[in-house]
Amino acid sequence: MSQLAVTVIGPDRPGIIADVTEALAGTGVNLEDSTMTLLRGHFAMMMVCSGSLDEVKAAVEPLRGDLVITVRAMGPEHAHAAIGPSYLLSVHGADRPGIVAAVTRMLAAAGGTVTDLATRLSGDLYVLTAEVELPLTADLETLDRALEITAEELGVGVTLSPAESDDL
Amino acid sequence: MTVAHLNQTLAAWSPAQLGLVGDVLEVVRAPHPVLAATGAPVDPLDPTMVALAADLVATMRVSPGCVGLAAPQVGISAQMFALDVTGHPKTRTCHGVFVLCNAVITEATRQEKAREGCMSVPDFTGDVKRATRLTVTGTLPGTTDHVTITTDAFEARALQHEIDHCNGKLFLDRVAGAHAVHPRKNYQ
Repeated sequence: MSQLAVTVIGPDRPGIIADVTEALAGTGVNLEDSTMTLLRGHFAMMMVCSGSLDEVKAAVEPLRGDLVITVRAMGPEHAHAAIGPSYLLSVHGADRPGIVAAVTRMLAAAGGTVTDLATRLSGDLYVLTAEVELPLTADLETLDRALEITAEELGVGVTLSPAESDDL
Repeated sequence: MTVAHLNQTLAAWSPAQLGLVGDVLEVVRAPHPVLAATGAPVDPLDPTMVALAADLVATMRVSPGCVGLAAPQVGISAQMFALDVTGHPKTRTCHGVFVLCNAVITEATRQEKAREGCMSVPDFTGDVKRATRLTVTGTLPGTTDHVTITTDAFEARALQHEIDHCNGKLFLDRVAGAHAVHPRKNYQ
């Protein structure tokens, strides 16, 4: 048994998830972390599961056709150790190339790491939302200013706000 | 902004009124089935239930950052919880420490979304919409006194979280969307 990365993408239709996960379950695979979403009409699935590479490859074979499927063996699992508190980043404005690159470069320069990110384009409006961890040592004022300058250059709005949770 | 009118009986209540010191109990974690069961209504005068009230307070007190604890979280499927949001930065109206039996929400308005965590779901947090103005009725343990508590902000959120526990619901049952559950971030 090894950890496998399975990706599936194809034109959306009812039953893709049921078809794929049924095939996986048939091999005794345990579906672990996954994310599945609709990206401009293509249904995309990213899954990490534990099971036999050959059996999984064989099980998903009949589903190929309109679905593009990859199955790969992964190295050992790396537990993600948080580097600092979480923030929500939201960017929106007129679409243009380079928004994600410019904004995430600023975060990386501050030692931040993105743990989740999604972008959506609707008409001319581009929207980016991300969960970001920043080290406690990060200079938030400088990062805010850098993001503001970048946003101004790109003609978009940027908001970085704490995403703290309360224990109840 | 004005805070809600305090219920003086509740605000003046102290665990000393239970007349016994509680034991610290083990907190159970999901997917333990007791967390998914609807708690049984309790008899607030039953000495076992009075002892449970003391245990809930004692267990809440030794748990760092814990502002509330419901009976199902210590493995007992019953309609009882302890609460104390004193000192939390998001608290406005505050009734201090209290235990309520058979609590029911009678009014809930002004929903707001916030991220919450739970001792029984230690590896995740979730974005949950909850009312920020709330009225709850219940009974104090060891008494037959029905009390009505009207509160807001963090005390309202905590009350709804604990009443959910008493009804077999976790914050995971109420998350505000497919992307609203997050791995908990623990950092040095």
